[in-house]
Amino acid sequence: MAETIRIKTPFTEEDSRKLKAGDSVLITGEIISARDAAHKAMTEALARGEKLPVDWNNQMVYYLGPTPAKPGDPIGSCGPTTSGRMDAYTPTMLDQGIKGMIGKGSRTKEVVDAMKKHGVTYFAAVGGAAALIAKSVKKYEVLAYPELGPEAVARLTVEDFPAIVVIDCEGNSLYETNQEKYRTLEGY
Amino acid sequence: MREIDVKTITENVAEMCKEAAYYLPEDVYRGLKKGRESEKSPVGQVVLDQIIKNAEIAKSEDRPICQDTGMTIVFLKVGQDLHITGGNLNDAVNEGIAKGYTEGYLRKSVVGEPLFNRVNTKNNTPGVIYTEIVPGDKLDITIAPKGFGSENKSGIKMLVPADGVEGVKKAVMDIILHASMNPCPPIVVGVGIGGTMDRAALMSKKALTRSIEERNPMPEYAKLEEELLELINKTGIGPQLGGTTTALGVNIEWGPTHIAGLPVAVTICCHAMRHSHREL
Repeated sequence: MAETIRIKTPFTEEDSRKLKAGDSVLITGEIISARDAAHKAMTEALARGEKLPVDWNNQMVYYLGPTPAKPGDPIGSCGPTTSGRMDAYTPTMLDQGIKGMIGKGSRTKEVVDAMKKHGVTYFAAVGGAAALIAKSVKKYEVLAYPELGPEAVARLTVEDFPAIVVIDCEGNSLYETNQEKYRTLEGY
Repeated sequence: MREIDVKTITENVAEMCKEAAYYLPEDVYRGLKKGRESEKSPVGQVVLDQIIKNAEIAKSEDRPICQDTGMTIVFLKVGQDLHITGGNLNDAVNEGIAKGYTEGYLRKSVVGEPLFNRVNTKNNTPGVIYTEIVPGDKLDITIAPKGFGSENKSGIKMLVPADGVEGVKKAVMDIILHASMNPCPPIVVGVGIGGTMDRAALMSKKALTRSIEERNPMPEYAKLEEELLELINKTGIGPQLGGTTTALGVNIEWGPTHIAGLPVAVTICCHAMRHSHREL
């Protein structure tokens, strides 16, 4: 594998455009968690013409609902959730200036088109590596929708958070190329 | 008649919920190690290294392996000569789930109503409880928390007898290929063949409580398990980002069915195939 690239937040379109599918990265700075219920609440707020509780410009969103922190820890286990469930809301959210998304699994064509339009990079964290990923999180602060519990929107301060670029802002997908490379299945 | 107090049941269920969330079963851990040795994709090797290290951290520090600590599936075998005292069995189990998920810092992932309100019940109850009455005076409990990244990719196909073995293979592979990298592979695949639609689905869940190192006792099904595993590992899906380790095991359970039917259910489980078992 190629050398690991260190990236810092805020994450701009210029930063995003430098990354290619397959790049291994370590993220340091602040990322913002949101998942199903928060995406629904935010897109509904936008539809009503309201302002969002968080400024998403040049931010990275992390699709996450962590376990509660044990006493003395900043956060509990905190691996990525399936990004595809956010796809219906994602083009609207990308209009808000998000430049990086961290999750796991495939995205729809509509999302990839919106990524190309806005210069957004999609990163995968390893699904189910939740206790390991927690080691890179230094601080967890709820920013909005505290009533959603683990689904609240929160700011995570991270140091060397490990991720891999799976779809770059030109729409190249590591999922597609690497699956094809190792596929030997015939007849199904 | 032997008696057991509901408090004992609650205490055991609470401990089992925590154990299941923190400690990956040894057979699955060995499966991951084996997968790492044979994995051909460099990025797949990196992913497997992280998954193995994650399981080790979770075990040594009593932390949830995954943030999705699941909906709690509970299989109870109640001896018909056992008298449960002091309260209601289902309440005792649910109290155990609430206690375990709260004390163990596990995520509460259950909403009370699925479509219109979706309000979190805040203690992960109710569990999905299956109760079977069996001979004897023991209470056998299996706790199998199920994450929904993989549950959402599970499926069922109502085949007809003419579809035969090839039809079964195709049905399973269709579900696996459709699931692709989404259910956190390397996966473990539970397959239920026969019964009715609901029975097939239940068998596919129960199949996941068996060790991945144990094959079905009937040779034809054991062979089918091995053939399916081989096919799945040829898909290229690999450990999430492409590769050769897509599944760690395929476990099939079968049951009698109707002359007109051949139901096939597939429950996909992520690499965190968690379960805990006790006999009280």
